[in-house]
Amino acid sequence: MSAVTAAEAGLLVCHACGLLSRPATGHHLACVRCGESLHVRKPDSISRAWAFLIAAYVLYVPANVLPVMETGSLFGSQSDTIMSGVVYLWHSGSWPLAAIIFIASILVPGAKMVALTVLLISVQRHSTWRLQDRTKLYRMVELVGRWSMVDIYVAAILTALVQFKALAMIKAGPGAIAFGAVVVLTMFAAESFDPRLIWDPVKERHG
Amino acid sequence: MSVPPLIACHECDLLQREVTVRFLGAARCRRCGALLYRNTGNSLDRTLAYSLGAAVLMIVANAFPIVGLEASGNRTSTTLIGTVQTLYDTDMTSVAALVFVTTILMPVLDVGAMLYMLLPLKFGWVPKGLPATFRLVQTVRPWGMVEVFMLGTLVSLAKLGHLAHVAPGVALWSFGLLMFLVAASAAAFDPRELWARVEALARQRPEFKSRTVSGEAAT
Repeated sequence: MSAVTAAEAGLLVCHACGLLSRPATGHHLACVRCGESLHVRKPDSISRAWAFLIAAYVLYVPANVLPVMETGSLFGSQSDTIMSGVVYLWHSGSWPLAAIIFIASILVPGAKMVALTVLLISVQRHSTWRLQDRTKLYRMVELVGRWSMVDIYVAAILTALVQFKALAMIKAGPGAIAFGAVVVLTMFAAESFDPRLIWDPVKERHG
Repeated sequence: MSVPPLIACHECDLLQREVTVRFLGAARCRRCGALLYRNTGNSLDRTLAYSLGAAVLMIVANAFPIVGLEASGNRTSTTLIGTVQTLYDTDMTSVAALVFVTTILMPVLDVGAMLYMLLPLKFGWVPKGLPATFRLVQTVRPWGMVEVFMLGTLVSLAKLGHLAHVAPGVALWSFGLLMFLVAASAAAFDPRELWARVEALARQRPEFKSRTVSGEAAT
């Protein structure tokens, strides 16, 4: 028995509730059960995902170059970028913390953008290369992306706590804004991407 | 109802027949392995219970300080909304907004919407605007980041531990529990059972019958 997809059978799946329906032609299509708009594939999936992804790449630079945290104390002031924060934690002996921040703030966002780039290019080339693995890659991108927010929360809590006017003050820096934007933009990019596009070339090849 | 209904995989679009899944088991797409649905047993009641618990914890987690800090006789403490306020006051408006949306607004909408749907269903009627509420939950869910915030708080505590005496507040424990309840509620929720309940109620009481429950499935 050959595999048949909903699209080939002329059926539409609702993104929100999963109901299959046979589209009536000629008017705006909405799910009869939950009212969500129906599309064969997410509309403009590839161009929307690229737009968010390119914006994320651009902001990745200031996110890593500008300070995410500014500390002021009696002994002068200090600015930390994400990387210098990791290095500081490493040298002060808290290597588990250094590892958490390095993975969540540098490795994950970088890997996520590369993964989305690979997915987008392979889909545009109608590749049938390692379909299952690429689907798994997409799942991981979706699962793991949110953890990059850790550094934002750390900066937020330290800012809120360390407000001793005379002694020490911590303030979130401009890098935090860029970094937050990177996380949000990559989440939008992942959400715009339609994993079903990975599988669409299968039928084209086999007729 | 001899033939099980058709469903399509949301990740690869493959059409397949629904299969019955043993208790605590899961149905996966036979082509790409995506998780299609689980049998969590009594899904709606358990989701309702978790959501009620989460609602209570959410109030505690937002009303009390998360952490207190003591350094050279100075004392500070902060609540979640206080954190947002300080960021806002230090001209970090966009970061303040991001923290507010991901740790307060989205989780509250998520739990609120679940209760709005599940409580009336439990007592045998279909709440007004259920389809829109259901879609709201789907949109809101990826943006609630209680568990990530929890990790961020622990990292901050560890960072400050060298410099000052830190005292975890009531809200910190509440957040820890809230994290598990939010995850449990999401894992227990089976949308197929929700729609089955809505349809059953609509059949029982014709006044609820609307075009939203006709459920015209594929043949």
